[in-house]
Amino acid sequence: MEAMHLPIYFKCYDVHDDMKRVPKEFMNSMRKNKIHFVLLISRQGKVRLTKWYSPYTQKERTKVLRELSGVILTRGPKLCNFVEWRGYKVVYKRYASLYFCMCIDQEDNELEVLEIIHHYVEILDRYFGSVCELDLIFNFHKAYYILDELLIAGELQESSKKSVARLISAQDSLVEMAKEQRSSISNIIAQATK
Amino acid sequence: MALSGMRGLSVFISDIRNCQNKEQERLRVDKELGNVRTRFKNEKGLSPYEKKKYVWKMLYIYMLGYDVDFGHMEAVSLISAPKYPEKQVGYIVTACLLNENHDFLRLAINTVRNDIIGRNETFQCLALTMISSSARPLVRKKAALCLLRLYRKNPDVVNVDGWADRMAQLLDERDLGVLTSSMSLLVALVSNNHEAYWSCLPKCVKTLERLARNQDVPQEYTYYGIPSPWLQVKTMRALQYFPTIEDPNTRRSLFEVLQRILMGTDVVKNVNKNNASHAVLFEALALVMHLDAEKEMMSQCVALLGKFIAVREPNIRYLGLENMTRMLLVTDVQDIIKRHQAQIITSLKDPDISIRRRALDLLYGMCDVTNAKDIVEEILQYLSTAEFAMREELSLKAAILAEKFAPDLSWYVDVILQLIDKAGDFVSDDIWFRVVQFVTNNEDLQPYAAAKAREYLDKPAIHETMVKVSAYLIGEFGHLLARRPGCSLKELFSIIHEKLPTVSSSTIPILLSTYAKILMHAQPPEPELQNLIWAIFNKYESCIDAEIQQRAVEYFALSRKGAALMDILAEMPKFPERQSSLIKKAEDIEVDTAEQSAIKLRALQQTSNALVVTDQRPANGTPPVTQLSLVKVPSTSSNVDHHVADQGLSQENGTLTTVDPQPPPADLLGDLLGPLAIEGPPSADVQPQQNIVSGVEGVPNAVEATAIVPVGEQTNSVQPIGSIAERFQALCVKDSGVLYEDPYIQIGIKAEWRAHQGRLVLFLGNKNTNPLLSVQAIILPPSHLKLELSLVPETIPPRAQVQCPLEIVNLRPSRDVAVLDFSYKFGNDMVNCKLRLPAVLSKFLQPIPVSAEEFFPQWRSLSGPPLKLQEVVRGVKPMPLLDMANLFNSLRLMVSPGLDPNPNNLVASTTFYSESTRAMLCLARIETDPADRTQLRLTVASGDPTLTFELKEFIKEQLVSIPTASRAPAPAPPAPQPTSPPAAALTDDPGALLAGLL
Repeated sequence: MEAMHLPIYFKCYDVHDDMKRVPKEFMNSMRKNKIHFVLLISRQGKVRLTKWYSPYTQKERTKVLRELSGVILTRGPKLCNFVEWRGYKVVYKRYASLYFCMCIDQEDNELEVLEIIHHYVEILDRYFGSVCELDLIFNFHKAYYILDELLIAGELQESSKKSVARLISAQDSLVEMAKEQRSSISNIIAQATK
Repeated sequence: MALSGMRGLSVFISDIRNCQNKEQERLRVDKELGNVRTRFKNEKGLSPYEKKKYVWKMLYIYMLGYDVDFGHMEAVSLISAPKYPEKQVGYIVTACLLNENHDFLRLAINTVRNDIIGRNETFQCLALTMISSSARPLVRKKAALCLLRLYRKNPDVVNVDGWADRMAQLLDERDLGVLTSSMSLLVALVSNNHEAYWSCLPKCVKTLERLARNQDVPQEYTYYGIPSPWLQVKTMRALQYFPTIEDPNTRRSLFEVLQRILMGTDVVKNVNKNNASHAVLFEALALVMHLDAEKEMMSQCVALLGKFIAVREPNIRYLGLENMTRMLLVTDVQDIIKRHQAQIITSLKDPDISIRRRALDLLYGMCDVTNAKDIVEEILQYLSTAEFAMREELSLKAAILAEKFAPDLSWYVDVILQLIDKAGDFVSDDIWFRVVQFVTNNEDLQPYAAAKAREYLDKPAIHETMVKVSAYLIGEFGHLLARRPGCSLKELFSIIHEKLPTVSSSTIPILLSTYAKILMHAQPPEPELQNLIWAIFNKYESCIDAEIQQRAVEYFALSRKGAALMDILAEMPKFPERQSSLIKKAEDIEVDTAEQSAIKLRALQQTSNALVVTDQRPANGTPPVTQLSLVKVPSTSSNVDHHVADQGLSQENGTLTTVDPQPPPADLLGDLLGPLAIEGPPSADVQPQQNIVSGVEGVPNAVEATAIVPVGEQTNSVQPIGSIAERFQALCVKDSGVLYEDPYIQIGIKAEWRAHQGRLVLFLGNKNTNPLLSVQAIILPPSHLKLELSLVPETIPPRAQVQCPLEIVNLRPSRDVAVLDFSYKFGNDMVNCKLRLPAVLSKFLQPIPVSAEEFFPQWRSLSGPPLKLQEVVRGVKPMPLLDMANLFNSLRLMVSPGLDPNPNNLVASTTFYSESTRAMLCLARIETDPADRTQLRLTVASGDPTLTFELKEFIKEQLVSIPTASRAPAPAPPAPQPTSPPAAALTDDPGALLAGLL
């Protein structure tokens, strides 16, 4: 697999070296991504996490956030989990004070995406141990790592909770190891310079 | 609560959280940005840990919505750090902070590349994760999705040749994580071109069996007891991109699985389990619809959906409505759907706007002549309580339905006037323009409409749009009411004039025109009325609004001319018919709002009845093309000459022809006002056929009629099952299937094509326990085909099937189609049908891929007519480019993505085989206009002039009506005589005929 596509990628990059020409085409083709973006918004409208799988400029992103929080936060309970918005569908679900939103195309399977949200929440829950909004605020980077293990290019890459958990803890231990190494080195240095 | 492990970061986040207001937050952020900026400047003193911390801070600030315009370099440089923690941060922050078009990314390329080809698996993952947004499953699944990402981004640059085998191999994967990712990749690949991936189809079915039937999955891949619902959904999605499943075994096992899913899904208490199982169920429904399953299974699906739209769970109800709308595309089940009408109307009052929209869309889609009254009245009723966000859409839809399916035209007028009355603010100008057109074109309707308008004028406060439409109607047709009480011209004038102080300056010109018309109808002149109106004209002669001023001056001058006024202000001539601008508008809106399939569906269905109601076809049957030109040329009759002269006059003045000072888009204006100055009135020999009843039924009849060639009266008492036209269309892109079926016989077809030769086997199956007698099959071959049909037995025994092979040789290019004249006798019924055989032009095509190096020299060498023909095709059924590419591929014209630098264009290549031309390369190019999907420019080139012409016409026919659309009008039946000119060939088909006029 690897050998097959990697060189092609870089060839492709060279062809499109003229970056100015690219965006429009890119925009069009990338709209095909399955999940266009993921948003975590608090009930007060504060953004807790954003991940954009299709390219949006900062201006567009702000606009999307404003519009969607206006639409979603005002919806009452016991309504369906789908909102039709600018020709797309936004699937959202509220967990305590947090709204998890994912934007997909009209013809995509809404319930499937709704359960991706829940799947993500379950993984977060397992990782943090009864996850709460504060966990996600102070550990937003962890939330990113986990999301990256779950979704790539707006597609679900792993549906096993176990396997995601395994990967995340492996990554954590790598970070830990490096930290220990560093502190031991600085200890050595400290002792040497003492 | 796990802490981030970076004290500085935590403190910063806490600080932000403690900010009382946005201003404080901004100050704190600015301070931090300043801090980070200084630290980055003297990078010497920055430890990797600190660098990491600051980059995280930057991401956090960015996430809060602040611009972070520095430090990108630091983030990117972390990627090349040797240690994992820095690298990880670098990748994540870069992926979030920079979008893919950012220049800084180039700095990272080398590192990313080294990481990917390096041996460190973790680094590979990091790098791959970033590109998107192998030996081991972990890397392979990421690689698959990255590949997908690259492919989506630039399908033409990623070379997919030879991937089919690899994809098939990937689908054998046991690891469900990898399989999930591979399936996503497959979905993308087959959605572009399914041809290469037939070998994957059985594997998908196997995967589905493994998951849904055998439940053969590791525990960790079940989700609330359901074997990976996501993979199931993806697999079924992939299957929907294959046009059909030929292999009976595969088909059978797939249907077994689908049946199990359809029947075995129960509503359970657990929300997540419920959602997951219904996600699978709805995907299965979509697949069943796509596969065109037996009627039994379809009815099962509709029954399920009927259950769903009545449940309490809002998600399921929403999806039930949505899928029922999709179901409308399946012809056979529409009647079953109609049984749920009451339930759907209830959903129109649901508290959830998402559900209301779906209900409205479904009602709109399922509306036809039988239920139009109920549905439109329901919508009207709902209109007064609906929220503002939906009112415009509601009124537009009500107007379209009323126009399309009006059981009688007076009802249509009632509906539109009610609409204006209830929701005037949301009724766009084109809605009232349209009602005026109808009334003008239908004499029977004129007194009724005028009387209605008069009634509304009696109301104390009416909407301005109502003033406009009533004033216009009263001005034109008010004199028809003369004998009724309260309708003398003077009374009409005073009641309209009462409204004048309340209206804006855009309505005053219309009122002035009305006064002028009233004045004109007052014969003999009533001095009192005259003085009143002249006083008004005088008053407005100095109006600041130029439009009003000009009208006042001109009307005043004209009205002093006495009898000449009669000619100048005579009744407006009838409007030329064209497609309702409302429908076009609805299609446009679709792009912005969450409109869905129903509008497309409508667009595919027969064109507006209104078009037929006022169809002005000359009695002698001259093609309307010439009729139009006849109208334009002034005839020798002095009467008409006079009129034309007057029109010249009014055109010069300019005011008589413009009613609305703010011209709406050109076509709207044209709809209502255009013809006055350009064309004369319908000449006397043109008899408007205002037969409403025949109009309403006319179009569907016409559609059916095109299925039988030549168009002749069908006296058979035996009705065919299913539409012959649709079956033929399906066979044009498939090589086997049913050509004809009625209660007694089924005619199946199986064909093989090799270059210019073909072998076609007819399967004549007697469905009954009695023999079919006097069976006769005669082939009426067009001149370009050599056909030899083996003997057909005179009797088909009970429940037996007879095979009749048919050899076909293609002599030269032509779009004409062979016709099978088939007859038999059952009991006393003599049944005869003429069926087109699917030996169409495309069957003699062989798709070949061409590279840019081969294509362009060929394309250039074939310069200009007759070898290269170009035509702008209008009235094309709007479809996404991808669908169009699929259509071409299914017609064996191979689309080469990426050859044309403009992404809105398609380039296709194929080889045509016939005895005279041998193998001949044909190239075609389609240039679409993203702003207007109904038109495109088609260029066809080949080495043979006839071939070029025939292929161009063939493609055009396919584009003007999509064969896969269930109720689209069939293309013109190709006349049996050779090389018929296109105009003649098109005249029989209302769809093409209208397209030609548009």
